Order: sequence, then C-alpha cells, then structure tokens
Amino acid sequence: MTAYLIRRLWQTIPTLLGVVLLVFFLFKTFGGDPAEILGGLNATPEQVDSIREQLGLNEPLWVQLGIFLKQIASFDWGRSWATNESVATLFATRLPATLTVMTPILVLDVLLAIPGALAVAYVRGSLTDRTIMVVSTLALSVSFLVYVIVGQYVFAFQLGWFPVQGWSDSLWTNLTLYTPLPVMLAVLVGMAPQTRLYRSFFLDEIGQDYVRTARAKGMTEPVILLRHVLRNAMIPIFTNVAVALPGIFVGSFLIETFFSIPGLGREVLLAVNRSDYPVIQAVTVYLAVITMAVNLLTDVLYTFADPRVVLR
Amino acid sequence: MSAVLVPTPAVARQTRPWGVWGAAWRRLRSDRVGMVSLAVVGAFLLLILLAALGLVAGNWQQEIALPDAPPAFVERAAKAAAATAVVPRRSNVDLSDVDPLAPRYEEWGAGVAKYRTTEVARRETLAFGADRLGRDVLAKAVKGAQISIFVGVLAALLATFIGTVLGALSGFFGGKVGDGLEWVYNVFTSIPGILLIFAFAAVAGRGVQSVVLILGLTGWTGIYRLVRAEFIKHSVREYVRAAEAIGASTLSRMFRHILPNVSHVSLVQLSIHVVSFIKAEVILSYLGLGVGVDQVSWGTMLAEAQGELILGHWWQLAVATAFMAVFVTAFSLFTDALRDALDPKLRGLE
Repeated sequence: MTAYLIRRLWQTIPTLLGVVLLVFFLFKTFGGDPAEILGGLNATPEQVDSIREQLGLNEPLWVQLGIFLKQIASFDWGRSWATNESVATLFATRLPATLTVMTPILVLDVLLAIPGALAVAYVRGSLTDRTIMVVSTLALSVSFLVYVIVGQYVFAFQLGWFPVQGWSDSLWTNLTLYTPLPVMLAVLVGMAPQTRLYRSFFLDEIGQDYVRTARAKGMTEPVILLRHVLRNAMIPIFTNVAVALPGIFVGSFLIETFFSIPGLGREVLLAVNRSDYPVIQAVTVYLAVITMAVNLLTDVLYTFADPRVVLR
Repeated sequence: MSAVLVPTPAVARQTRPWGVWGAAWRRLRSDRVGMVSLAVVGAFLLLILLAALGLVAGNWQQEIALPDAPPAFVERAAKAAAATAVVPRRSNVDLSDVDPLAPRYEEWGAGVAKYRTTEVARRETLAFGADRLGRDVLAKAVKGAQISIFVGVLAALLATFIGTVLGALSGFFGGKVGDGLEWVYNVFTSIPGILLIFAFAAVAGRGVQSVVLILGLTGWTGIYRLVRAEFIKHSVREYVRAAEAIGASTLSRMFRHILPNVSHVSLVQLSIHVVSFIKAEVILSYLGLGVGVDQVSWGTMLAEAQGELILGHWWQLAVATAFMAVFVTAFSLFTDALRDALDPKLRGLE
C-alpha cells in the first residue's frame, strides 16, 4: 500500500506541472498585457511600465515561470488585481458559503438517487420504468437555467415559501432559510440523470451469474437487490461520486450567481469578468490538486468497498 | 408489358451486398422514433438555413410591437379586465404665471414641429408576444435557434476533430507519442470541466467564435479516450497488417483503413456533444460569457426572461424553453437511434 501511494504521488507531479504550464501559457499568450489591464484606461505609458516592472513582466519567460512556480509551492498567490484582497483570504472567506450549499446537494443527490434507481431497477421493463425513463429524458432536455428561473419565481416569489435570495453570517440561518431552495432545485434537476446512471449500473449487475445463483437459492428479489446487487454496484457509484466531489469546492457557478450566494464560484465568475488573472490561476491549480487527491483517495477506498481490488 | 422484363438500375443495385453505411441506414429507417426525431432535426436545420439566409426572422431586431406586448390569446382575456380600470386624469392647473419657462414654450413647440418623427404603428399583441423592447419573441427564438445550434454543431465538430486526430495518433503509435498525449489528456481532465471553460473564457473574450473555440478546445477529452481505445484495438488487426504488407503508408492505414471502421464512435460522440454544447452555451450566455449583446441565442433569451418573469411576462421564457426542449429531445432521441443503427451490439444494454 505504501509503495503504491508513493508511486501514485510521484505520478501526479508531471500532471500537476502540466496544469501549471497550461495555465501559465494560456494567460501569458492569450490573456493580453496584465499591466495594461491593471493600469486601467487612463494610465500613462510610464505607469504601465512601472506596473510591468513591479510584476516582473520584463523578466525573461523562464524567470516568470519560476516566480509562478514559487508562488504555487509557497501557497502565496499574491493579491487580487481587482480588490487587492489576498487570494488566500479570498478562498478562506468564500469557501464556507460554497460548502454550505454544495455539501447538502451532493449528499441528498446520492441518498435519493440510489433508492430511486434501485426501485426503478426492481420494476425494470414495466410501464413505470419506461415512463420514468421517458420523463427523465424530457426533463433533461430543458436547461437547468429554466428550472432555476421558474423555481425561484414559483416557490419564492409567488408562493413565498422561501426568500428569493440572500445570505447571512450564521450557518444555521443559511442552512434553514437560504439554502433549501437552491439545494432543492439542484437535487431535483440532478436526480434524473443520476437515477438513469445508477439504474444502468444496477442492470449491469442484475445480468451477472451470481444473481441467477441467488435466485436459484430461492432468495427474494428485494434481498437480491439490497444485499447482492447494491454492494457490487457500489464501485461505479463510488467513482461517479468521486468525479462530482471536486466540484463542491468550487460550487455551482449558476446557483451561486443566481441566488447571490457569496461563494467561490461567484468569485471565480467575477474574476473572469474582471480579467482578474491571479484568482483564476490560483483556483484552477488548486482545484486540479484537489481533483488528483480525490482520485487517489477513491482508488484507496475501492479496497474497502471491494476486497477483490488489489492496489499494485 | 415488355417493360417488366427490363431490370431497372435500382433493382440491379439492390442485389449488391449492403455496405456498413447502407446497413446502418436500413436499421435507422426501421426505427420509427429515430426517423421522427430525424425529421424534427431536419426541420430545425431547414429553419436555421432559412434564418441564416435572412428569409425568415430577418427582422428580429425591429421593435414591431409595444414593449412586453402579450401573446394574442392572453390579450383577449386581459382586455375585459383592463376595460374597467380607471385612467387617472392629469391635473389642469394653469402654472404659466409662476413657470419661468412659459414664454418660451411656443418657440420650442415650433422647433419641435420642424423635426417630425414618423410614428410607427406598434402592434398591441403578437402571436407569441414581444420582449421588453417590443421585438417579436417568435422571430427571436428562430434566430436564436440559428446561433445556438450553429454554436453547438460547430463546437462539437471541432471537439470531435481534435479528439479523433489525437486519439488516432495516440492509439496507433503508442510509445512516446501515446505517453505524451496521455499526459495532455491527464492535464485537461484534472481540471474540472466548467473551470477549464472559464479559464479559456477569461482569455478568449466574447462572441460566437470564442464560445465555439472554448467549448471545442475543452470538450475533446472524452472523444479522445474512446477513439484511442478503438485505434489500439484495430491497429494490430489483420486487415491493417495486410494493408501494411501491400505498402500502404502510415497515414493511409490510420485514416483510410482504420478510421472508417471506428468512425461510428466519433459520429455518435459528435451528436452527444452537440446536445451538451447547446446546453453549455445557454449557461455561458446567462453568465455573460456567451454570445454578444447584438446577437440572440436561446441563452440570451433565457437570461432576459428572468427579469421579465417577475413582472409576469412569461412568454419569452416559454417560447425559448419550448424551442430548446423540442430540438434537444429530438436530437437526443436521434442520437440514441443513430447509436443503435451504427452499433447494433449495444442495443438494449442501456
């Protein structure tokens, strides 16, 4: 296990380096001159020059790359160009809001989609099954944006069940007052594709020999589904959740923008609109690291979900 | 009666064995859902062709109706209610004694009369209503279909091209080339998709071309993976060895021998990506990173619709959603039928 971990960590270095190079050259080549963006429209050429000097933009490219690498290694991302807030503070203050919204979404998504998919798999081939599949295909053809717009209008504006938007400093108020509507909408929209996907995982397993054996032994269908099929379908479900996991750190851009939730996703979007490169670069590299860490963690956790998996 | 004995060319052709594509077409034709959805997709393509030529919806930017004019069928119901409403009258107090500007009103009135504006008769209702500026929502939805589908198809073509070429190179050559491309793949997939799109959007600017480039350059990874796997499988097959033995060049083996055998993978991926890119364009346009303000797409329509809905003007939202839902559903069903037709082994595995 230790050898495996060391080798996997060793393998992440070139990938991480690739991410850094991609981000560095993307912004260097196509991003325009940061000094002119920072200086604004009224800057004199001398001011632009002095900003350029300050940022080290007159140094050769490899020296700049070195500075960039040093920033990454020391977690010192400098300051946002737009607000002069340090990027580290930005993360620390915006991340809690994102996690407050995204964690319930992910948890509820999984907890509701698994029983839902099991139920659909139980009645597979029936009219109910086909109706659910058709309805979820139709539901998927409508943009998430429409659900959010209509959901906010109906549940918050017309019925008044929830506040239209808002955010407070208290975690409890946020969880009970402001997050239920966005969470409910995101879960409702996420349910259809998740259920379809998990249903296909279950159906894959139902065709296996061990299920036929269990049936031959006279086990009831619910027992087969819950005790045999569910455990074996855990691996693909696991993988699927792991793919979604890094997303909760940056949040759903759409939800945070729409409901004015002061999270990381909205901050990144603001940064994109302001050409605030340090923030975008930091988030991209930081999220790539999280993604790789989660992937590694998933592979290790496979061994617990399925003893047959041996890490080499 | 002698005509019966002469075989027509069509009959003669049918006696030849079906090719891969002929067989796929035959399977597709027998799929009723697939054919209906193909007809809907075809109708949409015809519509956007007409819109691109300016034959329909060419006047979408003209403000032909009153702002927020409701659809005709809503208006009829609303008129009865409005008839009873009391119109407040303006007060007619004479202020000319105290109004310092009073002596000059006549002079200004004469000046205004010189510049007579032509009053355009604006309609009170439209078949599907009007937006905030009085533009026809139906014309906007048709023109929006042109931009949205154009973006989706072009971005999907770009992503499929990149994915197929890189996948072919990686799968066929393997070794150092393969390792290098796998590294690029790992780099692109280790950044969450939406963030990668944002990073590209931050530097690419706005507009249709930017959206196509952003989606194409970030969306090729899934196609690359699948094509690569197919090329690894095919590059050691006998027919490829045989082609090599008769002196077919490397490029010829890759793209004339193997590619037709794996192109169904690319084709199905292409149509899957069209749908997901059309959806992505909607979100990007809403977030202000999509098409410019002088153009209209389903995304910009939905973005406008948010503010209108609060005022009770639901028609733009409804029309844009209906257009998008019909096209996306038809295209998804067509994709399913296409996959079944091209790869009959997969049928029923979903």
